[in-house]
Amino acid sequence: MKDVFKKPDSFYEFFTRSAAADKEATHYCPGCGHGNLHKLIAEAIDDLAIAHRTVFVSPVGCAVFGYYYFRVGNVQAAHGRAPAVATGIKRALPHSIVISYQGDGDLAAIGANEILQAANRGESITVIFVNNAIYGMTGGQMAPTTLLGMKTTTTPYGRKSINEGYPLRVCELLATLEAPVYIERCTLEDSKTIMRTRKAIRKALEYQVENKGFSLVEVLSPCPTGWKLEPIESRQWITDNMVKVFPPNVYKDKPAEPREELPSPVFERDAVLNALGVTDEVASGSGHAPGDFPTHEVVLSGFGGQGVLLLGQLLAKSGMREGKYVSWLPSYGPEMRGGTANCHVVISSKRIGSPYVAEPNLLVAMNQPSLEKFAARVRPGGVVIYDSSFVKTVALPAHIRGVPIPLSEIANELGNAKVANVVAAGAIIALTGMVGETVFVELLRNLPKKALLEVNLKALAAGRQAAERQIKQPIPAALV
Amino acid sequence: MRQELLKGNEAVVVGAVLAGCRSYYGYPITPASEIAETAALLFPKVGGTFLQAESEVAAINMVYGAASSGQRTMTASSSPGISLKQEGISYCAGAELPCVIVDIMRGGPGLGNIGPEQADYNQMVKGGGHGNYRVIVLAPNGAQEMCGLTMLAFDLADRYRNPVAILADGFIGQMMEPVTIPDPVRELPQRPWAVTATDATRDNLITSIFLDHDELEAHINALYAKYAQVEQHEVRFEEYRLDDCEYVAVAYGIVSRLLMSAIDQARAEGIKVGMLRPITLWPFPAPRLKELAHTAKAILVAECSTGMLIDDVRLAVECRIPVQLCSRTGGNVPGIAELVAAIGRLRESAP
Ligand SMILES: Cc1ncc(C[n+]2csc(CCOP(=O)(O)OP(=O)(O)O)c2C)c(N)n1
Ligand code: SF4
Repeated sequence: MKDVFKKPDSFYEFFTRSAAADKEATHYCPGCGHGNLHKLIAEAIDDLAIAHRTVFVSPVGCAVFGYYYFRVGNVQAAHGRAPAVATGIKRALPHSIVISYQGDGDLAAIGANEILQAANRGESITVIFVNNAIYGMTGGQMAPTTLLGMKTTTTPYGRKSINEGYPLRVCELLATLEAPVYIERCTLEDSKTIMRTRKAIRKALEYQVENKGFSLVEVLSPCPTGWKLEPIESRQWITDNMVKVFPPNVYKDKPAEPREELPSPVFERDAVLNALGVTDEVASGSGHAPGDFPTHEVVLSGFGGQGVLLLGQLLAKSGMREGKYVSWLPSYGPEMRGGTANCHVVISSKRIGSPYVAEPNLLVAMNQPSLEKFAARVRPGGVVIYDSSFVKTVALPAHIRGVPIPLSEIANELGNAKVANVVAAGAIIALTGMVGETVFVELLRNLPKKALLEVNLKALAAGRQAAERQIKQPIPAALV
Repeated sequence: MRQELLKGNEAVVVGAVLAGCRSYYGYPITPASEIAETAALLFPKVGGTFLQAESEVAAINMVYGAASSGQRTMTASSSPGISLKQEGISYCAGAELPCVIVDIMRGGPGLGNIGPEQADYNQMVKGGGHGNYRVIVLAPNGAQEMCGLTMLAFDLADRYRNPVAILADGFIGQMMEPVTIPDPVRELPQRPWAVTATDATRDNLITSIFLDHDELEAHINALYAKYAQVEQHEVRFEEYRLDDCEYVAVAYGIVSRLLMSAIDQARAEGIKVGMLRPITLWPFPAPRLKELAHTAKAILVAECSTGMLIDDVRLAVECRIPVQLCSRTGGNVPGIAELVAAIGRLRESAP
């Protein structure tokens, strides 16, 4: 007899975390299934000798105080989120044994998505799912597992399928997923079924010890208080009512090979910098403070796919390499899906205030809509470079200088329509000198698509030459 | 010098990796998605975890779990996603878990739009979740700070065992600027309180539940004693052309960048105006503003929200001088001319 009362080692001897005066009794009602289950879990932890590396995640529900009892690492989670919390713990601590202990409200209602997704990812955790067909902690409201016709404080006339749907069968649902390795439903009706439950819990934990993957044990568990029954009656109530709707069974048992080990975090300096792709190398021209020059405020605009965003980045990056202050701001989101794209580039000798260019002194319009949208914003004395292959009607304000260049035609002649943006770059550099051609060429050389280098270099030169042909008069002072 | 041209959103992830953060849990949303995408690219390269969670709710709770284990961990989202994370942030604050939450604000309410807005000020700075708690809030205004303040965020999170938020807007997230890449942190702090699944931490407990009223009150008092320390030691701000100024303008994030340009212009027109830019929105640089209110004649608050930042400015200056608002919303930012005009109007308001 003595043995029966002996507390498992992974239980605290005295429950000092409890607010109650009695530090030896649990906070559960007489006849409650939670107490039985806690003991079965603790015994399994003892037998597998895993207490030191076990983390118990308590839910919100009657078992919120699981940490009063289990002498293992304890984390208390928000209502329904225990599988997500368990995921965060297990991913950080691959050696840990993580138990997510949840009631039916917690797991099957508010946390239905978290359990489904954790199961579907096959997280290597063990879930103990306590199905008592009711919300115990909050005073006996309906749970997703409440039986049809069953009276609760929120189904005072009995649960009706027309209003509340049907009892949710979690094991059956999760067993349809690929990833889980073990899913079983047990009950706590009598000593025989309790023994089965004990075996199932042990097996689920063993699978985790072997790093096999996700397992869940559902346990039909009495809640005499919520059910308004005597403890003995409530065990019988499981047999008479619950098992018909929730048949105990092994719904899945496919112990696969152990899961792949998770990689270990790397903190070593060079390895980290290498992973980030940054090197100590100093690019040519960088690090030199630039002389004073008027700020270039540029809007580049065109169809999506014409490469205006990349063009802007290359200009900004060239400026950066030359030690200038630069910024690049793209249009983003659905607007781009409409087929147009634009970006704002600022290149300055001083710290940049606004990266948003309300009034550009250079507009590059690669199509007609871009010209229409932005031309009116160009500052007096500013320049508009436009793709004369697309832009047919031009009505620029008098104080703005238009520079028509058939960017796309030139690109096509070079055999690749995609380099129109580089043609534009050649023209921009020739007209404004906002960045040096040498640095720009260096960036072209470092682009991932090496096959395009030759045509890119030709495009840059062609853009420069076209601009030089256009410019018979001196360039406006603001751009020099 | 290691310098890269990075989007603000990319710079956040670089900063996180350098700070020793080794797990990222998030859910995609414009204009914050590049944070998740960059993390997906970089975290596996440093043996870290990247997981696209099923929702923002799950993501913040995964962060809660990872932080419980003592790992440096983060999540990022934009306004509607942050609303979903608020319960989890409250839990993190209650359980005193260090973690970093990035909010790249967009237009609201509801689905709003994806333009840059600053209307999450109240839900981040005042605590959008339930209960008595505070989140340390850092407000970068460029790519360099997106990297640097993210690194600082992890340090502050550990130092105070508290969630730290990076509050930026769509422009700051999307904009590219040169970023000088600092060295990775050498040593991560000890976290004896964490649950690390070892014998030594077997008696550790991460929780935010205190059933007994007096116990919960004591816990809250302890949190607020900690917050008082934060207020005393961690206020950060930048001053721009403030010496000799008669007028002060206050803004953070993208608006502070526009304001810089406006201040240069207003100064050129002979108005003595400077800017105070809060870098920490909580703790708010109230003492400095209060000081300025002794000499300045009026204050302009510029924000992409209908008047949230201005509440904190008004509290700080205790109504000593007029405080005026220049507000744009819906994804619009104030134009330079608009800001210059607003600065000009301060002269009329001043006594
Ligand atoms: C977000 C949120 N919603 C609601 C609650 C209130 N609440 C606490 S426990 C609970 C239901 C618990 O029922 P169950 O998961 O079945 O566990 P049991 O108490 O029956 O063991 C609810 C609704 C809460 N704590 N948090
Ligand atoms: S209310 Fe029900 S589940 Fe909760 S402790 Fe009592 S019997 Fe157990």
